Amino acid sequence: MSFPVQANGSSRAVPTSEASFFWRKLSEHRTALWRLASIGLFFLVWEIAGRIPISYAFPTFLETLRAFVTMTLDGSFVAAYAETLQPLVIGIAISAFIGIGLGIVMGLSRFAEWLVAPVFIVLQAAPMAALIPLITFVYGIGLVSKTLAVIMLALPVIVLNGYKAVRNANPSLVAMCYSFQGNLWQRITKIIIPDASPVIFAGLRLGLAAGFIGVILAELLITPTGIGDLITYHRSVANYAEMYAAVVSIILVSTLTLAALEAFELRVLRPEKRKS
Amino acid sequence: MRNITAQAATAAAVAAGSDVAVEVRGVCKMYNEVEALRGIDLDFPAGKLTTLLGPSGCGKTTLLKIIAGLIPATSGEIRVNGQTVTGPGPERAFVFQDFALMPWATVMRNVAFGLELKGMGKDERQSIARKYIAEVGLSGFENKYPHELSGGMRQRVGLARAFAVNADVLLLDEPFSAVDEQNRRKFQEDLLELVEKEKKTFIFVTHSIEEAVYCSDRIVILSRRPGRIAQIIEPEIDRTASPDAIRRDQGYLDTVEEIWQGLKRYVD
Repeated sequence: MSFPVQANGSSRAVPTSEASFFWRKLSEHRTALWRLASIGLFFLVWEIAGRIPISYAFPTFLETLRAFVTMTLDGSFVAAYAETLQPLVIGIAISAFIGIGLGIVMGLSRFAEWLVAPVFIVLQAAPMAALIPLITFVYGIGLVSKTLAVIMLALPVIVLNGYKAVRNANPSLVAMCYSFQGNLWQRITKIIIPDASPVIFAGLRLGLAAGFIGVILAELLITPTGIGDLITYHRSVANYAEMYAAVVSIILVSTLTLAALEAFELRVLRPEKRKS
Repeated sequence: MRNITAQAATAAAVAAGSDVAVEVRGVCKMYNEVEALRGIDLDFPAGKLTTLLGPSGCGKTTLLKIIAGLIPATSGEIRVNGQTVTGPGPERAFVFQDFALMPWATVMRNVAFGLELKGMGKDERQSIARKYIAEVGLSGFENKYPHELSGGMRQRVGLARAFAVNADVLLLDEPFSAVDEQNRRKFQEDLLELVEKEKKTFIFVTHSIEEAVYCSDRIVILSRRPGRIAQIIEPEIDRTASPDAIRRDQGYLDTVEEIWQGLKRYVD
């Protein structure tokens, strides 16, 4: 895989040729290339493992890819995600709103920290999957239960990150704002929140990832709907390629959502990082 | 050079007159059981640059922060233009040792930040900020972010921010300690020009004897913890001479030597 690097090295001797231009272009995007190579290598190993085969229930990469394309084109993914994303979006929105709010309050007030932090530390440590049957018992098998499952998984990490970020806001900047007679509101909105935003957003990203786990757990454990239904159904009829395609799709959707959140953060909250 | 002994210091420091910008009266500071400052009585003349100098841990930064209203004194009081200090006020502006620039804001927004907090409109505060950015020599860097600037340039931003709020008293907490030696010399020269031009009262904390003698109209030397006034020196150096001539001036060198002889006993 070091081929482009070597080629680039030799191309310096003949800088005018067209090939050297091509390699120079490639080496400019070297990190992106390595990432692609890493993914490619993974798919290759998958394909080989599927062809051995390591298990009857383990499809090859190409079979999965074909199932993925078919399911995208026939609209079964669209229908599944329309259902799966409902509890996820509602749950994450509630978790973000309550989580960031509580985190900021806890970061600013020792009393609120004392009152609220232990609950979330325990919740974060608790095995949430074990609690999902309890939610079903109380709230039934509808949207409320699934939304609650998302919130239970996403909220603790968002709260705890927000609280740590605010508590560790740069004391020198806080003193600066105070010395220029900034009031409490200005101190929070102009200094503490922007300063804490990278860690708050790290919490949001972790919360979103946990939310995906929550919604899939809910769809597998409570009632099979959406993408959870696709996975369960194709497993029960032994369509393993389709089942893997559904699993891959959820990984893809979650990765893309997290990347979008990161891009949003850089664009809106920390312009200096984008520039560098 | 005028050397005022510790005994006479109080009398000289409390010299009456309308040209006193900051009065420190009987200030003591305890950090739990540790006594940081004991019985400080001091006047800072208006329009002059006074330096607080002393061994590390003598409480010079503590005294500056008490004057700024950032931390409360355990006893005693501070008066600025006759008004007792209870917290930060618009007549004082602080320059931080670690610059305290917002990394997510441009030079322009950082310099205008004091005015932004006062609720001044964007156009107005930016035109004021632009003037001071030019004054500290950073024209053309308005849209840069702090991490794109050198240490010296970052502190110029901190200085411009303090100038922009048009305070009477500027409090500088070891402003050059995080700036490399060559930039520091240039910055000291520029600072003297700004002191001349802005006609403000400067209170300056440093641990560099050369810096204190080079920049100050008056040097207050604090003893080791608990901090008390050990000596007050007025270098009386002819500032019309070129910076290089001042650094070779016999009076300058003698003053540096004298302060060092006085401070030596505090250094382990």
